[in-house]
This record gives sequence, C-alpha cells and structure tokens, in this order.
Amino acid sequence: MNLWNRLMCTSRRRSPWLFHMNSGSCNGCDIELVASLTPRYDAEQLGVRLEGSPRHADILCITGPVTRNAVQAIKTVYGQVCGPKAVVAIGSCPATTNVFIDSRTLEGPLNRHIPVDVFVPGCPPRPDAIVLGVAKAAEILANRAAKKLHVEPVCVPGTDCATDCASGCAAKAAASHAAAASEVQP
Amino acid sequence: MNLTTALARLLIFPGLLFAVPAAWFFLWVERKAVALMQGRIGPPFMQPFFDFIKLLGKTTPQRSGVAGLLMRLWPLLAVSAAAGAVGLLPVLPSSGGFEGDLILLLALLELPSMCIIAAGFSSRSIFGEIGSAREAVLSVSYNVVFLLAIVSIAASQHTFRLEALAHLPASPLQILGIAAILVCLPAKLHLNPFSLPNAEQEIYSGPMTEYAGPELAMWELSHGLEWVAATGLVATLAAPHLTTWWLAALVFVVLSFAVVLLLSALAAATARLAIDTTVRFYWQCTLIFAVLAISSALLMRFRS
Repeated sequence: MNLWNRLMCTSRRRSPWLFHMNSGSCNGCDIELVASLTPRYDAEQLGVRLEGSPRHADILCITGPVTRNAVQAIKTVYGQVCGPKAVVAIGSCPATTNVFIDSRTLEGPLNRHIPVDVFVPGCPPRPDAIVLGVAKAAEILANRAAKKLHVEPVCVPGTDCATDCASGCAAKAAASHAAAASEVQP
Repeated sequence: MNLTTALARLLIFPGLLFAVPAAWFFLWVERKAVALMQGRIGPPFMQPFFDFIKLLGKTTPQRSGVAGLLMRLWPLLAVSAAAGAVGLLPVLPSSGGFEGDLILLLALLELPSMCIIAAGFSSRSIFGEIGSAREAVLSVSYNVVFLLAIVSIAASQHTFRLEALAHLPASPLQILGIAAILVCLPAKLHLNPFSLPNAEQEIYSGPMTEYAGPELAMWELSHGLEWVAATGLVATLAAPHLTTWWLAALVFVVLSFAVVLLLSALAAATARLAIDTTVRFYWQCTLIFAVLAISSALLMRFRS
C-alpha cells in the first residue's frame, strides 16, 4: 500500500459521518444514538458527525424492526449513500425484529434487504455500545475500501440484552431467522 | 504589484500554502471551541484534514447534462474566489496592491455565497432550493451593513486601496466599522444564530444536500477559506501598522485566531433564529451602525 492509500485508509477510519434512519423504531434506540453525541459519551472524539443528508454520510445507522412501509425508503436511502459505505443496525429490532417477531406488518430483519456490517443488539443498546459499533463499522469500511474484501457481519458484545441475545450475537440469530422466514414464505 | 509578488501572495502567504492549513485549523478551532463550551472533549486536531481526504476518496452520484456540469463547477469557483480573497489581504508591510483592490476583495468575498445560492438551485433538491432562498435573503440583509461599513472607512481615507486602509490610524470610525463587520460575520459564515442556509437537521443540509464526495470536500474547503478571508479582513483592519514582516504576520494570525474564538463562542452560546427575525435584526437593529459609520465618514471628509 502506498502512502496515499494509507492516508485514505486512516482518514476513512477516523472520519465516520452518520446518517440516522428510523424504520419504525419505538424511538428508544434513536434517543440512545443521540445520547452517544452528548457530553457524557461524546462520539465526536472519533470524528463522528451526524449528517442531515445521506449523500454526505459514510455509515448508515438504522433503528427499528423494518416495517412494510419502510422497506422501499431504506433501499432508496441506502442507494443515496455514496461509497464506500457501511451499515450499522442499532438495537435488537433490525437484527431479529425483537418482540414484534412474526408480525404481518413487518418485513424485517434488516439484512434481508440491505447488507449489514455491524449489529449493536440491545433494547435499547447503551450509547457506549453504539459508539463501539460505529467505530467498528468505520474500521470495516476503511479495510473493505482498501482491500476490496468481503467482511462478515460483526456483533458488538458487552451489551445487557437478555431477550434475544443470550449467546451475545444477534447476527447469528438474524441469519437463522432470515433462513426460517425464507422457508415459510413461498 | 508585479507578477512575482502577486503569485507569491496568491500561492504562498497569505495565499494557498498558508490559507489551506489555516482553513483546516480554523474549522477545527470552531468545532473544538463549541465542544469545550458544551463540556465535551471534541474532535482531534487533524479532524478537518481527515474529513477532507476522506471526502476526496468517496464516489459521487452519476450526473449528466448541464446541471451535472454546473454542480461540479460551483464548488471549484467558490474555492478559487475564497483563495483569491485571502491572497489579496495586505498582511505584510509594503506588500503592494493596486488602486481598487478593495472592490475586488469585496466581490471575491461575495462570490462564494453567490455560488452557494446557484448550487442549491442547480441541485434541484427542494431542501437545496429552500436553503438557497434563505441564503439569498440573508445576503441581501447583512451586505447592506457590511458594505456600508467598509465603504465608509474607505471614503474617509479617499481611497479604495486595501493597504491604505490597513495602515489606518485608530479612530472611532474604524472601531465602528470593525464592530459592524463583526456583526455581519456570523451570517456570512453561516454560524449560529444565523446558520439559516445550511440549517442542520431542519432543512437537511440546505444547498449542500445533494453534494457528495470531492464536491463536498471543495465546499468544506471554501467554507474554511471564507473563514480565513473574513477573519483576516477584520485582522488587517484592526492590526496596528508594523514594519517588521514577521511581526506583521504574527499579529495577523493572532488577531484572526481571536476573531475565530469570538465567533465560535457566539455560535456555541446561541440557538438558530428564524429567517424573519434575522432579516428584521439586520434591517432594523444593525442599520444604525451603518448610518453612524457613513455619517461620520462624511463628517471626516468635510473636516479634511
């Protein structure tokens, strides 16, 4: 890797700009995402900036269990984020649809529609878990852009989520749920 | 001013070689000052530099036709205008200059905001159009005071040479003019309480909503260069006349830094006003500055 590529990799890792999208969330995770920018957690130390436009963003933060109405909006916004990009699923809802599982108004979990890089489970997750998830997503994004590698989804451990994440990995649960859902539907 | 000094001023000091790092530094100082005033730690020192490099490496959406070409053109025009404005500042003693360079400086300072207005409309985003309309209204409002303040200082000296204005002895008129310019700077730099055009989260990002990647990097850079030019204008007007070049450069940097801190403190301490309140503020409350400045300039002309 030459100097310019190394500089670009560092810059991508240290300047993650977020776009926050709610796909039918109860607002619990949204509040925690905003809380991670407050003085107590201060995600701006990592270069995080919450952007108003998806065009400016590197990392798409999605909360909520993906309602039927939100599917097309999610795909549109995912397309509007310019590459290289990463997706962080915040909360248990986008990972597994949580307590709303099997609801007929839902089209979740999220990774049925767009590729997800980091799952931050919890109902809601703590702000420090969200900050960790964003930092991991930035690292994944930088590495993927540099090496063109496919990176498996990551789960942020250390969260106190007892409902659907006993093994500490919502990603596995999400994958199994997706498989189950595809079996049921024709 | 011959070609060599002109190129040196444009490219080295106070031009690009100084102004681009200074732009990143001022952007960092603004973010850091706001963070410290809110009780946070704030972004690391290299943050604006990393943001710039990262934006250069991002892809841009496919755009075709004249609108796509214009969307690529406006940020470049804004950057070159702002860089030219910085290059014109008479920082060093006996740096030359020409008759009427003040008018060129004012035009170049105005060009980035014209570009922002055009950029919002050519992006054809509804949020961009709202932001551009706000920028246009705002620029009509604050420019009355801004231009009258500078023109009254120039009129009292019978010249449009920047160097003559920079070497002005301290007078009540000069203090009045600098105060009027300082009142206009938050609107010119889109800071709170007048951050209306790019009102974050309210109208997404205003005129910048559709811009991505390198274009957005150029907008960030032009914003930083506007910081350097606008604070530098105040610094050159306020600086005492010094004959040593390094002392003059040092005083320029320190005064610019002080203005940046002042504006950041104001931005952190205030919330965004509505557009009608802002327009009323500039037309009703600060016009008194302009009237006072222009009348004292006329008085000085009659006395001399």
